[in-house]
Order: sequence, then C-alpha cells, then structure tokens
Amino acid sequence: MQKKLSEFSVGEKGKVVFVEAEGKLKRRLFDMGVTPAVEIYLRKRAPLGDPIEVTIRGYELTLRISEAKKVLMEVE
Amino acid sequence: MKNFALAGNPNCGKTTLFNSLTGSTAHVGNWPGVTVDKREGIYKKCEQPVNIVDLPGIYSLSPYTPEEVISRNYILKEKPDCVINIVDATNLERNLYLTTQLLEMDVPVVVALNMMDVVNKEGNDVDAEKLELALGVPVIKISALKGSGLKELMNRAYAETENPRKGRSVISDKTVDKIIDSCRKDLEAKNIDNALFYALKLVEADELVVNTYPEVAEKVKKYTDKTEDKTFGKDFEALIADARYKFISSECSSAFIQNEKNKKTNMSKSDKADKVLTNRILGIPIFLIILFAVFHLTFSENFLFIGALLPEGWVSCAGTAFEGVFGDGGINSPGVILFNLLDLTTSSISDAVASAMETSGASAWASGLLVDGILGGLFAILSFLPQILLLFLFFSILEDSGYMARVAFILDRIFRRFGLSGRAFMPMIMGFGCSVPAMVNTRTLADEKERIATIRVIPFFSCGAKLPILTAIAGGIVMQFGIGNADVITYLMYLLGIVVAIAAVLIMRATTMKGEVPPFIMELPAYHLPQFKSLMLHLWDKVKHFVKKAFTIILASTIVIWFISHFSWSWGYLPDENIDSSILAGLGQLFQPIFTPLGFGSQLGKWGWVFVVAAVTGLIAKENVIATFGTLAACITAGFVADESLEGIDSVVQMISATGITVPALIAFIAFNMLTIPCFAAVATAKAELPGKKSFNMTMLFWVVTSYLVSAMVYTIGSWWWTLFIWLAVWATAITLIVLNNLGKLKIPSRKKIKEVN
Repeated sequence: MQKKLSEFSVGEKGKVVFVEAEGKLKRRLFDMGVTPAVEIYLRKRAPLGDPIEVTIRGYELTLRISEAKKVLMEVE
Repeated sequence: MKNFALAGNPNCGKTTLFNSLTGSTAHVGNWPGVTVDKREGIYKKCEQPVNIVDLPGIYSLSPYTPEEVISRNYILKEKPDCVINIVDATNLERNLYLTTQLLEMDVPVVVALNMMDVVNKEGNDVDAEKLELALGVPVIKISALKGSGLKELMNRAYAETENPRKGRSVISDKTVDKIIDSCRKDLEAKNIDNALFYALKLVEADELVVNTYPEVAEKVKKYTDKTEDKTFGKDFEALIADARYKFISSECSSAFIQNEKNKKTNMSKSDKADKVLTNRILGIPIFLIILFAVFHLTFSENFLFIGALLPEGWVSCAGTAFEGVFGDGGINSPGVILFNLLDLTTSSISDAVASAMETSGASAWASGLLVDGILGGLFAILSFLPQILLLFLFFSILEDSGYMARVAFILDRIFRRFGLSGRAFMPMIMGFGCSVPAMVNTRTLADEKERIATIRVIPFFSCGAKLPILTAIAGGIVMQFGIGNADVITYLMYLLGIVVAIAAVLIMRATTMKGEVPPFIMELPAYHLPQFKSLMLHLWDKVKHFVKKAFTIILASTIVIWFISHFSWSWGYLPDENIDSSILAGLGQLFQPIFTPLGFGSQLGKWGWVFVVAAVTGLIAKENVIATFGTLAACITAGFVADESLEGIDSVVQMISATGITVPALIAFIAFNMLTIPCFAAVATAKAELPGKKSFNMTMLFWVVTSYLVSAMVYTIGSWWWTLFIWLAVWATAITLIVLNNLGKLKIPSRKKIKEVN
C-alpha cells in the first residue's frame, strides 16, 4: 500500500517510493538521504504535533508535516 | 607550508579534531565575510609544520547554502594539498554522501573515520580496508576526542600530498555516464582543472557552474532535452543523488560490522533522555524551566527562593568586609556571589590607588583621570565578567549536549507562525552570547529573506555586553526606588527583546521580507555529556575576547570620554564639579532634545546629557554605556559627596539622584540600548553577512526606528497609562493597512487574468 510519510503514525515503517518536491527542498531531502528505496521509521511527533522525527539511514532526522507530504512511501 | 583542509558534515567532530591537531597553538579567529569563514591553525608533528584549515560543516557541495559554496570554492580555487574528510563512523551512510562528492575533485583526499571510540564501545566495528578499496583513498580510524589515530592520519595525509589525484566519480548509471564523460573531455580540452567535478555539476544543472561554462551547458541541455530516465524522468539532479546513495549502500554500508547483540533494537541512554525532554506534554514546560533556571542561577539574589525561610542576617556577614556578598535576606545565586567578590576586589583596588595618589601629592587631574576615568570605566565593566561567563557556560552546555537541536524541534511549530523555521532559533539563542557569531551562524539558513530578517533581530536577543546595562540599571532601580527585584526586571527586559524580535519578524515577513516559510529538515544529533575540556576552551576564548576588548577599545573610549568631559571648548581643564561646561556636555546637550520622547532627554535638565553620551558610546561597544556612567558618575557626585569611587550599580544610583530620571525613563533607556544599532563589531558583521549595501542601509534604519519607537512606547505608557490606547490605535491602523495591502496585492494579478480571459 502506498501513502505519504505525513500520514504515518508513530512507530510505522516504510520505504520511500518517490520524492515529489522541487528545487532546494528536493535537493535538501536527497542530501539528507531521503532517496528512493530507503527505509524510514517514524519515531515521534513534536509536542505541538509538528514537526516529526524519523530514523533514516541510522540517524535521526526531523522534518515538517508539510515536507513529509512530498515523500511518497510504500508500506507493507 | 602545506595546506590541509578539514571537510565534513556538521556535528561530525570536525572542530574537536581541529583543536586536537592544532592544540594550544590554535589561532582561532572568525573572519567576518562570506569568502573566508574558516579557522586556521598549525599542526607541528609532521616532517614539516602543516597549516590546517577548518571549513564549515556541510552535507553536500550543492550551491544552495553559503557554507556549501564557501567550502567548495575553497577546495576548487585555493587548491589545498590534501583534503581530510572527517566521517562520523556512527553515521556512515549519510557522511559518505559528501565523500562521494569530494572524490570528484582533483585533490588528494584522506578519509578520517571519526568517533571510533563510540563505535567500539557499543561492540561494533568498521572495516577500514573494505572502505579504502571501495573509495580508492586512504581511510584511517581515529577518535578526535581521545586523540587516537591522529598521528597516523596526519602522516598518511602528508604522504598523499606527493600523489596528485585525479577526480573520480562513483556514479554508474547508463543514462548519464556518457554525457558526464563527454562534458569532462570538453572541459579538459579547455585546460580546466577539476573537469569531472564541473562536468557533473553541469549535468546536475548547478546554476553557478552553468553560468560559468555556457557552451558546455548548452550541450548538456541538448542531451537532457531528448533523454528521459524511466525512474527520474528529466530530473538529473535526483538521479545523481540517488546514484551516490546506491553506490554507498552497495559498496560501503557492509563495512560497518554490527555486533550480533546490538541487532535487536534496545533503547540507548540518549533515547531515554529524549523521551522525557521532547515529551509531548512535558517538552515545552521543561524548556521554559531550563531557561528560567539559567537566568536564576546567574542573576538571582534570592537563590531557590529560600530567603524567607532563613533566619535574619544568616548570610549577610554584617560588619565584615564581605557584607552582603553572599546574600542579604536570601542566598545569592552563584552568579551574583562571583559578581560581588570581583566587585569587592576592584573597589578595594580603586580605593588603594586613590589614597596612594593623594598621599603622593599627584595633581587633581592625574588622579581623576586614573581613578575615575580609567579604573572607574574599566572596573565598571570587568565586574560583570563572571555573570557573562556563567551565562555563556550554560548556553554552551545546552548546545554541546544536543539539547538546543531539540529545542528547535519543539519550537518549530511556533516559529513557523512568525514565518521562520525552528532552525532560526539557533542563531537567535546564540545572540544571547554575542551577536557576531550569531550573525555568522545565520548562514545555516538557506532562505535569503529569512536570513535578513534573522540578522536584523539578532541584536534584540540581548548579548553579554548588554548585560551590564540591564543588571546595573535594574540594580539601580531596586536600590533607589525600592521596587521590584533585580533578576525579575532583567528577565522581563530579556523578554521584551524577544517580544520585539517576534513582532519585528512578523511585520517584516508581512511587508518587505515576504516569502514562503523555509523548510525545516534537520539532523537531531545523539545526546552526549558536554566535554569539560571543550567547555573550558569556549570560556577561555570568551575571557580572552572580553579582556582584550576591555583593555583596548573600552579603555581608549573611557580615556577619550574623560578628556572631553574634563576640558572646555577653550581647552581649559575643568575640575569634576564643572564638567557641565565640558565639550562632552555641549555635544550631549545638542542631541538631548531628540531623546525627550524617550524620557531621557531635555526633561532631565542639567545632567541629562550623560544618558545621551552613554548611549552614543555604546555604539562602539555596549560595555561602554555603563563604563561611561562609571567615568562620569564620580564627577557628578563630586558636586554632592566628595571623593568616592563609583562602579556599576552605584554609579547608576548616583545618576538617578543627580538627574531625577523616572523608572519608565530608565526602562526606556535600557530598551533603547538593547534595540538600537548594535556595537561596531556587530555592525561590521551585519554588513558582511547581508546581501547588499541597500539591505544593510535598511537594516541600520530598521534598528534606529525600532529602538526609538519601542522606547518611546515604554516611556509614555509607563508614565501615562492612558497613552496605551493611543499606541494601540496606531498599531491597529498600521496592521490593518499591511493586511489590506497584502490582500489588495492578491487581487491585482487575478484582475489581470480576468482581462486576459476576456
């Protein structure tokens, strides 16, 4: 099943299918390792619900819901 | 001398390595200016001494942030003899992404696998030989913190300088291989160095390189127009980034040897700490408590609020030399105790010098210059050093432990409301230490408008040098009027600065600095205990910087102030009682009326010019404001009480009784100094960091207007409460106009569209 990273609940895991951002934002996501086929695990949400913290390539990355919306994921 | 450049991701231990390599000989300096924000030092243990250049931490060599551009330009243009790429072994994949880009340049590269101590402690290991084989450059395991492997690293790097290296690409993808190769050949034919690097950048459509080599770029465009990849379409930048990670996953990731036991996920200490600190309910309260604790430990005169519980006179040391040092009523916080001890020392020195001058029969002016002018000014400032250091120490601890990054995570949602990212929190909080590094730190913000807005409000986060103004005047208010509590006033003033900063950002983002909210994609480093050694290094740097400033620019200013305050326009010496007819008084009186709406202008009468002069000397260095009080207060009191050397709070008390200034005017005076044009060094940094002369001029104007308006508001509302309604009406009108204007702007293009449709 495919869904956006922003729709993940805490503790959910999946693989990146596609990053639909543009320009700087896209480049930044790629530079931080958000590339197709990589596994992402949603660790937690910030106290105010946004941003989120994920584990990717063995480290912790934080991004906003609005940015996570651009990341299409495949979950089992 | 050979040049080695240190390159690596932020937080990979680069600065620790730099300090370990260069040791005490480190020549640490922050040069303002986009071209050279790098630190240099000498490493002496190779065959010949080597110059080490510490480049800013970066994730990539893309053209999107100034730091990335600085780093890549340094390697391409300055051609270091070797690049030492520091790779955090605990986070191999993402760190190697930068390595794959460095390898494309025609420069010897040595990979330093840092944090091996942490990796080994967890029972894991890294196969360095396997990595060496995959990357084609030497890979050396080190621990910058423990100092292990450094000698080997430097010797290997030194040996590499003898082998010129051609750039090598790890990308293997049939869609782009040919075009990259053909571009490389074209560039090589033109005798261009780093041909492979530029060829790749052309295919990535890197705007900086496309503009430099338009002909080759044309060729790439022709190719990309007719080519389409089945996964990435026409997005070659994405394709290349993906190819780099593919190489890392297939060739390098297996070099990390994980202990069987660790394969089960168990919670580390860092995870446990994080669960509490960023807890959904407790996260924000914990942050506020920590912030308050920091100020309480530094400024409170009623530590832990246990004053009421103590028997009377318990800590006052009444009758001894230490009277009031440790507390009066309550116990003082460590910051205040240190302040009092230093104050005690400096005033005994002043007294001793004064009596020595008197017995030796020195002339009145010589004794005045030395005791009131020089010592008065210097000591007024030096006594605040302990509190500045303590505040700085706490912020360093929060930063080193990794908590600051979490604060950005917690606060991002709030920051976004103001049109900033949580990342802007970092430079702002650094502003509490010093505006100069804070402004340089805004380079981590990718969005230019966000940067400009942030640089403009950084001075509102009251820096260490402004602290004496706050403490001395707050102390003066408490002592003279008997109202309030010094640490509460100080805390509130800090809060005022923050509120003004937020309001200013909101207004800017709605008017001149409009733009999308910049993205917030940030690494959250693992928590670790701050290193004692590095904390002490930070502090030592701060002490050196402060003392140097005190004995150069502040000393010079106090002497100049003393001279022009003790000589008349006809160059005759004036005794203390008559400084009212001095050059300085004349100049001050000239500008005094301007400050009348702020409460420290014409209404103060005879001595009012002192406040004006103090504010102006603050433009050189903010410490000068109180130093000027120190220098002048003694002279003013000479009219009332004879022969008393005055410092800090006492000098403010004297100024209050001499001028009859009111509490709202004093608060307005603090606000004005806090918000107006910052010190000379900060102005120079802002000039270097801002994108152009126009935006710099606008920034200066912004500071003047903001400080004037806010101070006038503080004074008028504080003096006549009903003026609050006038101010509210003015602001409501301004905000309505801005909102209407923005809505109006939205309508204009749509009208055009309608016409086009018709």
